[in-house]
Amino acid sequence: MTDTTLIAPQRKPHALELAPVFIFLVLALAPVAAAFGPETYLLGLFTRVMVFAIAALALDFICGYGGLVSFGHAAFVGIGAYSVGILSAHGVTDILISLPVALAASAIFAYLTGTVCLRTKSVYFIMITLAFGQMVYFVAGSLAPYGGDDGMTLQVRSTLLGFQPFKNDRVFYYAVLLFLLAAYLACRAIVASRFGRVFRGAKENPVRMATIGYDVFKYQRIAYVIAGMIGGLAGFLLANVVEFVSPAYMSWQRSGELIIMVLFGGIGTLYGAIVGAAAFLLLEDGLGSITENWKLIFGPMLVLIVLFARGGVVGLIERLTGRAGRG
Amino acid sequence: MADPVLQLTNLRKSFGGLVVTDGVTLDIGAGELHAVIGPNGAGKTTLINQISGLLAPDDGAIVFNGTNVTALPSNKRAELGLARSFQITSVLPKFSALENVALAVQARSGSSYKFAGAAAREAELNDPAFAALEEVGLSTRADVLAAHLSHGEKRALELAIALAMQPKLLLLDEPMAGTGHEEGARLVGVLQRLKGRFSMLLVEHDMNAVFALADRISVLTYGRILASGAPAAVRADPAVVTAYLGDELE
Amino acid sequence: MSLSLLFVQTLNGLQFGVLLFLIAAGLTLVFGVMDFINLAHGVQYMLGAYLAVMFYALTGNFLVALVLALAAALVFGLLLEFVVFRHLYERDHLEQVIATFGIIMFLNQGVKVVWGAAPLSLPIPEMLSGTIVLMPGILYPVWRLVIIGSGLGVGLILYLLVTQTRVGMLVRAGATNARIVSALGVDIRRLFMIVFGFGTMLAAFAGVMIAPILSVEPGMGDGVLILAFVVIVIGGIGSMRGAFIAALLIGLVDTLGRSFAIDILRLVMPPSPARTVGPAIASMLIYVLMALVLYFRPAGLFPVRGR
Repeated sequence: MTDTTLIAPQRKPHALELAPVFIFLVLALAPVAAAFGPETYLLGLFTRVMVFAIAALALDFICGYGGLVSFGHAAFVGIGAYSVGILSAHGVTDILISLPVALAASAIFAYLTGTVCLRTKSVYFIMITLAFGQMVYFVAGSLAPYGGDDGMTLQVRSTLLGFQPFKNDRVFYYAVLLFLLAAYLACRAIVASRFGRVFRGAKENPVRMATIGYDVFKYQRIAYVIAGMIGGLAGFLLANVVEFVSPAYMSWQRSGELIIMVLFGGIGTLYGAIVGAAAFLLLEDGLGSITENWKLIFGPMLVLIVLFARGGVVGLIERLTGRAGRG
Repeated sequence: MADPVLQLTNLRKSFGGLVVTDGVTLDIGAGELHAVIGPNGAGKTTLINQISGLLAPDDGAIVFNGTNVTALPSNKRAELGLARSFQITSVLPKFSALENVALAVQARSGSSYKFAGAAAREAELNDPAFAALEEVGLSTRADVLAAHLSHGEKRALELAIALAMQPKLLLLDEPMAGTGHEEGARLVGVLQRLKGRFSMLLVEHDMNAVFALADRISVLTYGRILASGAPAAVRADPAVVTAYLGDELE
Repeated sequence: MSLSLLFVQTLNGLQFGVLLFLIAAGLTLVFGVMDFINLAHGVQYMLGAYLAVMFYALTGNFLVALVLALAAALVFGLLLEFVVFRHLYERDHLEQVIATFGIIMFLNQGVKVVWGAAPLSLPIPEMLSGTIVLMPGILYPVWRLVIIGSGLGVGLILYLLVTQTRVGMLVRAGATNARIVSALGVDIRRLFMIVFGFGTMLAAFAGVMIAPILSVEPGMGDGVLILAFVVIVIGGIGSMRGAFIAALLIGLVDTLGRSFAIDILRLVMPPSPARTVGPAIASMLIYVLMALVLYFRPAGLFPVRGR
């Protein structure tokens, strides 16, 4: 026991350790601030930020800790969203049914595609996840009874035992915040757990892990399923935020944007994904309000970030505070 | 004599036209330290890779502890108690020395399908890992990232990882490779202490180490076993002397 | 499903495959030699088409427009390589994806600003317009045959370049093991630039050739890019032969799938669901194919890297 405490990794206390607390505090207080501005608009924007933060979180989990760069993660968001949409088209709107269905559907899809994808490595993995993403995209586009390429509008937000608590934007906001918090804490716990350690080890040296006795593939597949389910959760929420589902949610550009969010915030930090999602959507929104050609600014910005700001926002803060600490 | 821990029967492997393992038959008794020596390119690492499951032999059988493991993947063989070190250091660079070893302990202790609870704080994992580090003289470096260890320390870490698996057989692929005189001597001391507690297959170039440690020696040239037997007998074998040992033992 | 339709659609599939090959060739070279994922390869194709439209409007001559467009695309490609891409070769794939994604965003929007969002068109050269009787009762557009012919011609030239020249030898060696090439004392930067410029021109060439039969519009390179990636992954990254075979395979499977999926499904199910499911299956087909190939051959049909 004394040994254990002696040899526990000694980490310097760092300003960044408080960052997640700070982030969630800001998110919890945002509705209060929004009340002083265009409330519906701001609440909607921040709810969207949190929804994409959940999806990006899942991606950071497999990408940052497992080295599995998925270029098809939007597929899970789409599957979650379509679960809500299709059920609702048949009159089933209760969250107690639609959420489990959304999670189960994404889990099954992740399990099946993961079985194929995880046989490949590096760029082949990137491309095959992309292929599966495209597959789902085209399937959704051909679902004529459910709107086809045009998508479909939801009649109501998800209900709970006959009540409509999420009709209220604020209640819905805090529900999404709770889901985000739960997803974040779950990912954090998993990363630190026995399972997470094996998963992280598989990123660093799969051959070594195999010769120690781990079937790396099985661990990666479980992690892939977990990430898929969290992506499905994001999709479930997204359908409720915009009250609309469409194949556009799962185009490869959306998957690319999720990767951007992860890299924006700082890969392999989990909370960085939240920062990244916020930065991405707020920038998009802000630049979009200045000029319709916001992509002319945003595109080069991405290049500059990759070239000059490695580690994303979190990395930047780390460097700044690190320097301040030493100076 | 008790049943051998490892039995290789007529193992063959070739890459393209190049025959690298040419009908190797070999067994290792319980508690024995069996050294395999031979010139560079004799196929020693290829042999170890086949035993540990990283390469599939073209023909022949590998029986480990009574189980035919020829077709099993390396993780299954590890589960059965087959541990190896790598000639070219293969550790997890961004994990601390302790975590590297703790992962090996974890593979042996209970389930790894635990999704909560910080693994880094589990005494059940850390204590045996720490003991293994102590065994190879790395206990003071437990918290250092593997990437920051010196070359000799990494070699010792390789050994600690293998030990922590509580193996029935240790496959050591040139554990002393690239170490200095002092570090090498320290590693020989470690192996001396481990001898008898584990069955070992040792591939090594350092002849002083091999003749000091081995119970039996097999000489591998061009993928074939040229001679096999007690150190004194192998040393005296004229075929071995002409083919390989000659000048090294002058 | 008549035989003549099958024949025509096979030719269409071949034409599509050839087009994909022109794009995939550059992509697989750049990827194979430099280990660089260039998502922006698709916008080079788009740019080729736009530049051809612009130069045609200025000169009124297709051939001149083609040459000028290729030259301009080459200059632009090399500029991009110099300013951005060469700083990305050493980075990991993730960062390459993001940065080149940014370039796509910029150029798609830039094209919209310069040439407008409305689709443009390029006329087929007078001499090569119209149709030709291939068999009794089967008419086929001459221009599509020109595309097939020029694509196969480029394929042959590429084959000769890669197998017969010193640069080709270096490219092959680079795709197998980049370290060997730099150990040979070759100026790897220059080799990269040559390969990159060449790939850019091939993509632009594809854009110019397809412009007369497709509408030239912003984002036209995105879909093709994904297909080109499917091609090089199925073929085995870095393998020219793999890219060629996979491109034709994808072109045929996609085109034939789209024309005959409903008919084939009607053999096993009633017409109405067949009409619903058919298009979905048709558009999924190539991705299913890719998944199958990678399941059985995780490094593509003609793996280059490794032992």
